Amino acid sequence: MRALKESNSPVDPRVNVIDKRLENVKRIVAVSSGKGGVGKSLIASTLALSLVKKGFTVGLFDADFTSPSIHRILGVKKLEIKEERGILPMQIHGLKYVSIVAFSGQKALPLRGVDVSNVLIELFSATLWGSLDYLVIDMPPGIGDATLDIIRLVKRIEFLIVCTPSLLAFETVEKLLTLLRELKVPVIGVIENMKMKQVFSIKDKVAGAGFPFLGEVPFDLDVENVLGDVEALFGTAFAKKLDEIVPRIIFSQSA
Amino acid sequence: MHEWALAEAIISSVIKVVEKEGLIEVKEVRIKVGELQQVDIDILEFALSELKTDKLKNARFVIETVKAELRCRACGHLWNFSQNKLDNGLKESVHFVPETIHAYIRCPKCGSPDFEILEGRGVLLESVKGVK
Repeated sequence: MRALKESNSPVDPRVNVIDKRLENVKRIVAVSSGKGGVGKSLIASTLALSLVKKGFTVGLFDADFTSPSIHRILGVKKLEIKEERGILPMQIHGLKYVSIVAFSGQKALPLRGVDVSNVLIELFSATLWGSLDYLVIDMPPGIGDATLDIIRLVKRIEFLIVCTPSLLAFETVEKLLTLLRELKVPVIGVIENMKMKQVFSIKDKVAGAGFPFLGEVPFDLDVENVLGDVEALFGTAFAKKLDEIVPRIIFSQSA
Repeated sequence: MHEWALAEAIISSVIKVVEKEGLIEVKEVRIKVGELQQVDIDILEFALSELKTDKLKNARFVIETVKAELRCRACGHLWNFSQNKLDNGLKESVHFVPETIHAYIRCPKCGSPDFEILEGRGVLLESVKGVK
C-alpha cells in the first residue's frame, strides 16, 4: 500500500452530480435557434404546457439568463423557489419551473460567457427536478457558451430548432444544424414559427439538409395580448397549431 | 439546504477519483469554499459526514475558505466582496447563484457591472489523498 496524492489542479465538483440530478428525466429537449426573436420562449413554454395537458410530467427551465422571459408567458407574479437539500422548482400550471429570475428579480443581469457557464452548472447541479417525462429548456440564441455547455454537460440532450420564414433566420439555423450534426447531437426537427406568406421555403431547406421538418406555426398577433394568461394562450391559432405538432415531437426519432 | 447539494457534488467527485485511481481508502479530502457563495461550513461538514460512502468513512475533510476577490474589467480596480453590504434576501440569491452579484453590485471605483470573480466564487475539490 502506498499513499497517493491527486494532482493539485482543483476539480469543479458540481459537474459530477449533473447526471444524477437528471437520471429520472426521460427526455431533455433544448429549444434553440441561431437567432433571437424567433419565438423560442413561446414555443418552449407552449410545448411544455401542451405536454402537461397530455398527461406528462414536465419541467421547464429558462436558460436564457440575461434575457429570461418565460415568467411573463406563464404569468408568474412572484417567482419563489424553495430549497431542501437543493433547489426545488416552482410548481405552476402543472409543471416544474426554474428561472434565474428567482434570484435576479427584475434587475438587469449582465453576464460574460464564463458567468453563463457557471450559472448553468450551478442550476443543473443544484436543482432537484425529480421524475419527469420531459425537461424543456429554453435556450439563449446562437452557438455560444450556453449551447456548448448544454451539449457538454447534458449527455442525453436533444435539440428542437425554431426558425422563422426568413433567409436571415435560416442562415443561422443552418449553422446550428451543421454544428449539431458534427457533434452528433440528436435533433428532433425544425419548427417554422411566425409563418406568413410564402416567400422562402424553410420546409424544403430543412428537408434538403436532411433534418425533420415538424411543421409551420402561423404568425399570430393575438399571442401578444394573452401573455401571462395560459388558458387564453391555448385559445390562440399559434397554440392550436403547435399542439398539432407536439405528437410529432413525442413520437420523434431524433435525426 | 443548498449545502447538501454541494456536499453531494463533492462526494460524487471524490468517488470518481477513487474509481479512477483504484483507491481502497480515502484519507483526506481538501476542499476550498469561496466566500462569495456564503456556504454554511457547519452544514457542509455535517452533510459530507452523512453522505460518506464506505471508502470515505475514515476520510478527513479539510475545508479552507477563500476570500472573494473581484476585478473590474473596465477600470482594473481590485476589491474584496466582503466590502459590499447586501441584505439577507440578496445574500440568499448570491448563495444560490453567485453570478447574480452582477445584478446587485457595481465596481466601487467606476460603477461598472463588468467585473470578474478572480477567486473565491464557490466550492472546489482541491485534492484527494488515499491508499491504493
